[in-house]
Amino acid sequence: MSPSTRQATHNGPIIELEGVSIGFRQQAVLRDITLRIERGQTVCIIGESGCGKTVMLKLMIGLLRPNSGIVRFDGSDLSTLNEAEMVKVRLRFGFLFQSAALFDSLTIFDNVAFGPREHNLYPREELDHVVADRLQEVGLPLGLESKKPAELSGGQRKRVGLARALALNPEVMLYDEPTTGLDPIMTDVINELILQTKRTKKATGVVVTHEMKTVIKVADRVVMLYPLARLRSDEPQMIFDGPPEALEDHEDKRIRQFVRGEAGERLREMSQERVDPAPARDSP
Amino acid sequence: MSVAPLPLDLADEPGSSTTPSPVRKIGEQVLNAVTEVGDLTIFCGLTMSWLFSRRPKWSVLVPSFYAIGVQSVPVVAITGTFIGMVLAVQAYSQFEMMGLATRLGSVINISLVKELGPVLAATMLAGRVGSSMAAELGTMRVTEQIDAISALGTNPINYLVVPRFLACVLLIPLLTLMADFMGVIGGAVVSTQLLKVDSFYYWYHSRQYVGSLDLLAGVFKSYFFGSAIALISCHRGFHSKAGAEGVGKAATEAFVYSFIAILVIDFIIGIFWNAVYYAIWPNATGLL
Repeated sequence: MSPSTRQATHNGPIIELEGVSIGFRQQAVLRDITLRIERGQTVCIIGESGCGKTVMLKLMIGLLRPNSGIVRFDGSDLSTLNEAEMVKVRLRFGFLFQSAALFDSLTIFDNVAFGPREHNLYPREELDHVVADRLQEVGLPLGLESKKPAELSGGQRKRVGLARALALNPEVMLYDEPTTGLDPIMTDVINELILQTKRTKKATGVVVTHEMKTVIKVADRVVMLYPLARLRSDEPQMIFDGPPEALEDHEDKRIRQFVRGEAGERLREMSQERVDPAPARDSP
Repeated sequence: MSVAPLPLDLADEPGSSTTPSPVRKIGEQVLNAVTEVGDLTIFCGLTMSWLFSRRPKWSVLVPSFYAIGVQSVPVVAITGTFIGMVLAVQAYSQFEMMGLATRLGSVINISLVKELGPVLAATMLAGRVGSSMAAELGTMRVTEQIDAISALGTNPINYLVVPRFLACVLLIPLLTLMADFMGVIGGAVVSTQLLKVDSFYYWYHSRQYVGSLDLLAGVFKSYFFGSAIALISCHRGFHSKAGAEGVGKAATEAFVYSFIAILVIDFIIGIFWNAVYYAIWPNATGLL
């Protein structure tokens, strides 16, 4: 299957989560999440650490299975797909992992070529050009192909991770904290690359981030999750779903706190939580 | 490979936050052990199904064969040589007292090819290869490289486990043969050169007591040792917990569980092989 020949099979949302809940051993992470992502949209998922943002990304690509609820991609329920069908679905995704997750034992060339080579997407000569093009797209200099990931800086590793994801020419790009640990200039470079991918590839994007700069720059829509441990059982976990402009001066204090990075107030709340373990409830 | 987390209702279990009673702790440990065995069984089943459904690429097989086979040659050679030499030194005085020093060769060589060569070579390989595989895969797990393989549409068991399994199963018997050979040489050198046992009778008795079936018995069990080392070590690596401590624990568990598996398999195959001896030579004396 050539990447360029893939066609949408369904007119509805490309990704759909319906009443999805998931937990690991003693800890519930996501509860009753319903989310529809339209084609071409770039959605930023924000929220405090541990609220389940990365888990949500892994559910979308089928790396995790929900305890309850349905995850659909292009209309297909992922739980009903067999191994071969799941592979076809995953080839329509690109995933930039938080730590880039480059394969240590392979060179940069082999990392970028991994997906196309495993699935025989291009002849050998063409693959060289594809890898060179992808590396050029993410602004990496020539001559880097023979190096190992350990020889690269954090920003370069992220860009190689992006090049590897783009090598499959994906319809949906999942970014897991793409700018974490990078300096402000490199953060902006990565944000530009996300925008560039959106414009040139017309790819749907789901970006998990803490960076409000990234949200403002790339998001069409923002979804904010709240940690389950601090919610009542009847409160929804998705406390915001709307355009990025609506985040500022939002009536919900929890959203305002996160957007403005009000550490002092949050710290006071945390110390109160230690005394009284009951979940914090914010009044608007 | 998608992962099914435990059901959420476990999290809502009443009293889960209180200190568990000793009975509950034991129950949890038993449950965990059963879960681990079940998980390992599924892991073995998946490895076998991928082994026969899709041949791994040479570009993946060759590095595994090199790391597991070629790089293990020195350690196995040294282990084998010293087993033979130590056996000669330890057994010589007893045999000398009984006037049976020339029979030393038969004892050393039968012990080597049937038991010590395969078991000690496998133990060394569990330490060198098994721990290394568990640490490598564990690091890949915690740095999300295994997730990345899945996200790129490749099955991580097929890509990571099958080549290592094949390398262990095919090369550990060869390494065992080398350990046997080096042990035989080491034992012979010490016996005939240092302990001055007559070399003609040393080899004469060796030939009398050590047959090709004995050699086959040792090599036969090494296939099982290789399978156990590969599957247990890869399984531990795949289920490594986060952080340096988690990876270290996975590497340690890989060696300990592989070593236990080697001893258990050795015992079971020992019984089986004895039964084979009886079937072939009904009047022969055996262990059981």
